[in-house]
Amino acid sequence: MHEGFLVYGGFRYLKLATLLSVVAIAVYGWHVPPDEPNGGTWLGYGLGSIGAALILWLMWFGIRKRRYGTTDTLQGWLSAHVYLGLSLIIVATLHTGFQFGWNLHTLAYSLMMLVIASGFFGIYAYARYPQLMTENRRGVTTDEVYNEIGELDRECRQVASALPDAIASLVLVSCNETRIGGSVFRQLSGVDANCGTTRAFDGIRDLASSAEATHGADIRKLISLIGKKSTHLRTMRRDVQLKALLEIWLYFHVPMSFALLAALAGHVLSVFYYW
Amino acid sequence: MTENFDIVIVGSGPAGLSAAARAAQRGVNHVLFERTDHASDTIYKYQKKKFVMGTPDVLPLQSDMRFEAGVREDILDTWNAGLEEHSVNISYNCEVTAIEGSKGDFTLTVNGKETVKAKHVIMSIGVQGNLRQMGVPGQEWERVQYQLDDPLEYEGETVVVIGAGDAGIENAIGLTAQNQVVMINRGSEFARVKQGNLNAIMAAIESETIECYYSATAARVEPGLLVLKTPEGEAEVKCDRIIARLGANPPRRFVEACGIKFSSEDRSALPELSATYESSVEGMYVVGALAGYPLIKQAMNQGYEVVETILGHPVRPADQALLEERFAAIEGMSVDEVLEAIQTNVPLLSHMSRLQLREFMLESQIHRFKPKDTIFERNDFTNSVYSIVDGAVDIQINPNDPSEVVTLHSGAFFGEMGLLSGRRRTATILAHADSILVETPRRAMLKLISSIDAAKRVIDEAAIARQIQTHLAPNIDPALLDEVVSTATIESFSAGDVVIQEGETSNDVYLIRSGSMMVSRRIGGRDVVLSYIPAGNYVGEMAMLTEAPRSATVKATVASETIRIDAGAFKRLLEREPVLKREIEARFQDRLVQNVETEQRPDSGDIIDFLVNQGLGEATDVLLIDEALCVRCDNCEKACAETHGGKSRLKREAGPTFGTLHVPTSCRHCEHPHCMSDCPADSIHRAPNGEVFIDDKCIGCGNCARGCPYNVIHMAYPPPEKPGLLQWLFMGMGPGPGEDKTPREKPAGARETATKCDMCKDISGGPSCVSACPTGAAIRVKPEEFFSIITSTKSGRA
Repeated sequence: MHEGFLVYGGFRYLKLATLLSVVAIAVYGWHVPPDEPNGGTWLGYGLGSIGAALILWLMWFGIRKRRYGTTDTLQGWLSAHVYLGLSLIIVATLHTGFQFGWNLHTLAYSLMMLVIASGFFGIYAYARYPQLMTENRRGVTTDEVYNEIGELDRECRQVASALPDAIASLVLVSCNETRIGGSVFRQLSGVDANCGTTRAFDGIRDLASSAEATHGADIRKLISLIGKKSTHLRTMRRDVQLKALLEIWLYFHVPMSFALLAALAGHVLSVFYYW
Repeated sequence: MTENFDIVIVGSGPAGLSAAARAAQRGVNHVLFERTDHASDTIYKYQKKKFVMGTPDVLPLQSDMRFEAGVREDILDTWNAGLEEHSVNISYNCEVTAIEGSKGDFTLTVNGKETVKAKHVIMSIGVQGNLRQMGVPGQEWERVQYQLDDPLEYEGETVVVIGAGDAGIENAIGLTAQNQVVMINRGSEFARVKQGNLNAIMAAIESETIECYYSATAARVEPGLLVLKTPEGEAEVKCDRIIARLGANPPRRFVEACGIKFSSEDRSALPELSATYESSVEGMYVVGALAGYPLIKQAMNQGYEVVETILGHPVRPADQALLEERFAAIEGMSVDEVLEAIQTNVPLLSHMSRLQLREFMLESQIHRFKPKDTIFERNDFTNSVYSIVDGAVDIQINPNDPSEVVTLHSGAFFGEMGLLSGRRRTATILAHADSILVETPRRAMLKLISSIDAAKRVIDEAAIARQIQTHLAPNIDPALLDEVVSTATIESFSAGDVVIQEGETSNDVYLIRSGSMMVSRRIGGRDVVLSYIPAGNYVGEMAMLTEAPRSATVKATVASETIRIDAGAFKRLLEREPVLKREIEARFQDRLVQNVETEQRPDSGDIIDFLVNQGLGEATDVLLIDEALCVRCDNCEKACAETHGGKSRLKREAGPTFGTLHVPTSCRHCEHPHCMSDCPADSIHRAPNGEVFIDDKCIGCGNCARGCPYNVIHMAYPPPEKPGLLQWLFMGMGPGPGEDKTPREKPAGARETATKCDMCKDISGGPSCVSACPTGAAIRVKPEEFFSIITSTKSGRA
């Protein structure tokens, strides 16, 4: 019933991209250039034009994605974006004729390959992380977990009000100094080395042995509450981590493709200037 | 000395006011008696600032009193000014307690002592009646009250609300904002209240916002204390105020005591009236809500007309011009002649009084079709009902062969199957000859069915025959089905009711005509769901064919209706019709295979169970997200917002998940939409393709949002103008593309209206949420396709 973007339309765009690549390779093999293979032959110009057109069309996806209420589906566009994007590896590489150097032309090529590599990660992320997110959250929504954490904090404060100051202040650390997410690094790591809740948990455990017997029941309750909170925090940090992994590559993929666009423009201009 | 009047008007509601104003304008010696110290008590008791509607919009007002839709206060002010302006002779605090005599010489007793004489009496006392009192010792305490004008008038009090009807619940909920509320329910549950109110009160009791005593009645009142009788003995409730909403004694007894006859013993029966509103007592007229016309404009028009009738002036009903326009398609016949023709030709409509028919026709359309004109097509999602006044139509009973038709002639009706099942049209219908048809929309038809038993019977009888023919034996000569049809009965089930119990030895077949069913079997001590069966299919054929005990349990997933077909009659039909028998057996084998498949994958039964619990049993189209594909980009929500003026009607993350199958909070476009059932402005409709949408007549009452069991309707202020991209980018004006544009605070002069998914009915590419999903995670599914989701579900992947 559900059909992912990779299998969309019976692999329509995989077939198209394969056809494009195979034809490009066949013609490259058949073609005998006047000297060595390069971008300046009719085949080189042909492959270059196809590659440049593909790059422009692939970048159009960013605009198409933000057009709503259309007659065709974005899923089809993404499927085409992925497979035709991958075919660029063949088309553009053949266009170079395997001539590389420290110049603008190879810069454009390298940028393109980096964009494609980041796109590869994107495909991997889209295929793997959604399911992990669902398994991690076990059917509970983010809002529900945040509410639950707030409720646990409230209960902790209530229990702590009858306990010695040393413990109560640790509860405040747990309530006030716990962060979920934050910097990019923190989001991606999925843990917080300086987590207020963990510190409070360890501190209370240490204090528990020296506490008065009358406080025993309350401390045990506190430990179980903070333990429960830690579980929720783990879930949410993992959620944030997976969400970040689903998005982080785009922060590479998109700026790099703009850099590629600039380098491509330079490449095309310089080629025609020195013609 | 007893005063003499030409006309006495009893009750100063809209009808009474309008009648009195007309009498005053005509210089007739009249008096208007009002029981309270102010005019129009029913509207006076509305909540402050309540918006009063002017429906039906098309009906013009014919009255000396002015009226237009607006807030309660403005309307009352206008009428009070009208009373002055026309010098109406109104007597307040005068309750008429008895009326005797006959035309020209009525004697009315006022407040049980004084009497006045009248030549004519106009009864316009409404249906509000007298409020029931607690009837217990101590009820004189000044803080016992029987109504609540403004719940925000009280603060910091403990208020006891007695009476678990809609009024009591609404008061109780309103009071919780500033007070402690205790509810006293005479019964053990909240029966016969609106679904929205039921949800609200149960939530309030659950969250302990309201304390509720069940099976409790008031025993006595002391200042500051209410003593209750409960099953556990007496209980005392300390309180600052008691609000008793015990309903009212309907005015029927009084009206009957005046000699007026009612059409039946039924509680909802109306007084018998002539076309000029004259009751069974000559000279005594009944208008307004008591006559069965609860709308303000209708009541006012009747007040005017009835005075003109009494004075012998020719009366042109206010709706005459509208009906003339409606009937323009039929040339050369007057309005009365057309109405007469409809009533003589169409048995379905013949049981209405002339007044009811006029109203009915105002909501209906008259069409004239030429031979071969298409009236509607198979798979349309329209739900109006057509009656043939003249001519004939052809029903194409075989979708594969348009030449196979059944012809219906003048007097017949069609289209009721869509109305009853809430599903698509089952056949295409063309005009056979030059035909005149009356097309009646869903709402007017439901009103007719619920108010006139004879009409319901006529519809049901025809529907049984046609549904059996369509769904069970489409290729059989209708005459052969007579025995099956005549022994068939309609049975209704509530959600969760058992239709067939596993192991029982009955063998009748059930055709599901509305709702849907779930088939399950007890395996290893637990109920394993085998399949889901939508309306238009039958269940129970296995036991009939095999003569074995029932092999599975069938339960209704939502409120459903079935046609129960007698096993004996059905078997005799199958013996005569070998082709049909083979078809039914083939279907039976398919089901066996399907059941075996499902049993081998027990989790697929759980998925059916899950989907049914999410309301898919009554859905016609539902959004499902495969979380294994969903990259949480929220492009679906952005697309929804962008195509609906900045307000998303979809919450992707909210809603339950089973495995990776997620049902987001989004409209299911139910077969019989809960939201539609209680819309006072009639602004919720179903489009031909099945989309349930809210048009711009919405008055923002919120009934639909409360009535929706799936919480998919939201009340929202209109979003601000959308800024241009550059304005947003450089000037920071307004929210950006895809951002939530809902105003957080009430914009000046704005009114909230209900917003919900309309399945992007005006966008050619279909639902934007689906077309904007980059990965194919979001799809929309129809009930017929549910089973394929389940069979394609592998390792939690749909």
